[in-house]
Amino acid sequence: MKTTITVGLLAIIAFGLAVFSCDTKDTDTSLTPTLTGRMRIVFDNVAGPSDLKLNTGTYQNAVGESFAVTKLNYFVSNIRLRKDDGREYVVPQDSSYFLIQEEKPASRTITLANVPTGNYTGITFLIGVDSLRSMADISKRTGVLDPGLNNGMYWDWNSGYIFLKLEGTSAAAPAAQNNAFFYHIGGFGRANVKINNLRAITIPFKTDIAKVQTDAIPSVQLKADVLPLFNGTTKLSIVKNSSVMFDPYSTNIADNYSQMFSYARIQANQ
Amino acid sequence: MMPLDTILLKRTGLVASLLLFALAISCQSNKGNDPIPDPVPPNPGGGVDYQTTPVTFRKPANFPDIVYDLSQNLLTVEGVALGKTLFYDPQLSRDSTISCGFCHQQFAGFGHSDHPLSHGIGGKFGTRNVPGLQNLAWGREFFWDGGVTSLNELPISPIQNAVEMDLKFSDALIRVQKSPGYPAMFKAAFGSDTVTTARFLKAISQFLLTLVSADSQYDKYVRKESGGDLNPDELAGLNLFQQKCATCHATDLFTDKRYRNNGLPAGAINDQGRYTITLNEADRLKFKVPSLRNIERTFPYMHDGRFATLAQVLNHYTSGVTDSPSLDPVLKANGKLGIALTDTEKKQVSAFLLTLTDDTFINNRAFSAN
Repeated sequence: MKTTITVGLLAIIAFGLAVFSCDTKDTDTSLTPTLTGRMRIVFDNVAGPSDLKLNTGTYQNAVGESFAVTKLNYFVSNIRLRKDDGREYVVPQDSSYFLIQEEKPASRTITLANVPTGNYTGITFLIGVDSLRSMADISKRTGVLDPGLNNGMYWDWNSGYIFLKLEGTSAAAPAAQNNAFFYHIGGFGRANVKINNLRAITIPFKTDIAKVQTDAIPSVQLKADVLPLFNGTTKLSIVKNSSVMFDPYSTNIADNYSQMFSYARIQANQ
Repeated sequence: MMPLDTILLKRTGLVASLLLFALAISCQSNKGNDPIPDPVPPNPGGGVDYQTTPVTFRKPANFPDIVYDLSQNLLTVEGVALGKTLFYDPQLSRDSTISCGFCHQQFAGFGHSDHPLSHGIGGKFGTRNVPGLQNLAWGREFFWDGGVTSLNELPISPIQNAVEMDLKFSDALIRVQKSPGYPAMFKAAFGSDTVTTARFLKAISQFLLTLVSADSQYDKYVRKESGGDLNPDELAGLNLFQQKCATCHATDLFTDKRYRNNGLPAGAINDQGRYTITLNEADRLKFKVPSLRNIERTFPYMHDGRFATLAQVLNHYTSGVTDSPSLDPVLKANGKLGIALTDTEKKQVSAFLLTLTDDTFINNRAFSAN
């Protein structure tokens, strides 16, 4: 009798343990003996030499059109970090999707947790959301991937995320659009669909090293410059293309945004 | 002092119970019906504190395998009931006038009776004919152009569409969260009264998945059930249908789910159909082959509702097919446009099509507003 009660009590404890162990089993990395730390990546949105100022800043593209930016959002995903020994650390899928929004300063800094300690020399990421995640069960797409709640970064008529959204105003944009221009670029290349605007960006940290330690969090500052988005391989003209969304021309803008990111500096411990 | 063997026995008991309970919990979490379990269990140590009643999905014997992954959204009485309540709730439109059921009327096979183009909020019109809803578990892609790739995402589109329900999806969730009655229904269906995107959408999917239409006179005929007698005209029509129509209107779903240009000249709307989604030139003017189930009730016909009667539809196929680069090859076989049918044959095909009306489905109280 007494034994039964004891076993019962122990069972209840086991029950509790089991609940907690189940909750963490998907992301648990504690089983690996590797020491880990954190790394921050800061996306500094700029326009050439100037800091990007929404609404108030005025900038000029290569074809001489002057414009202001009212919105700049983009997805950064599938992050991989390169180590000085040539190996790569792949950020786990479930923690590798970020939406950078100029209007939300906190979103411009992303923190990668559980990064193995070591010296990192470069980063690779995707602009956009890969096809696998784009087509994943709705329950697996929460937070910035929630198609209904991610600040308009999803096309509900053509299932898929908008990878990058740049909106602004310019005298070169039609009066009928209130002088506004719109670049909503997406398209993950699902079966039979012609365009794929996912772009992989690789940025070496030049001669610098981001040293991740258990007690030191390096902060890697990257620049995201809206000017190459206009002035890349394709010279984007607002008067000629004041609204580009899901159409074949969008691939030119995607090629341009693959040129907008560059390395700025590393701050050792932030 | 306890003898050593008793202690050992107890230790064995501890290990055994630990394993047993770990197993029990892991089994529950695998089969868990909640699409997004709360990060902290609602009742730590007490396991799942809600009880759902499973609903068995009906797969008719004459149908192919389903496409929808039911393992990610197990049907329950509570989930289906919640989904139905959402489906008939006009609060999901900006001015609380338009529910999903406003345009998807049960008596019209869940199409919009007598409306060539969708007719939504503020009397505004869309650019396409409301498709009837049935057998959605067999759908791979949705809408006339296949733009939506999952049933679970579909409702976001009409809710946010400016000429349909015109409500931001985030506002729809807030309204539902604040609406009396809903939190308890979410709790009953998913174990949590928090309204999330996934729970909201999966509940609607659950209701839609129950809309199985498989009891027409034709179904009874193929399954050799009572009430399945076809008269000579209907039989002749079935025979003609199988020879001349079933390439596209394939299987007992009556669609091959592909995108085809059936020779309709582009209308004033100049809808490019599937091209809008794929941007492939070859897809211009192509639309998804619609099912023909309940076709008697889903008039008018075609993606833009340009034909009011079945006779007009059949006349299009015999004499109205217009050539264009993307015209489906089956409609210009041997260099001749369209499908050859005599007037008698058209009547027979029509007679057959009317055997696809499923009164059991159309009158099923389980699908009606409460």
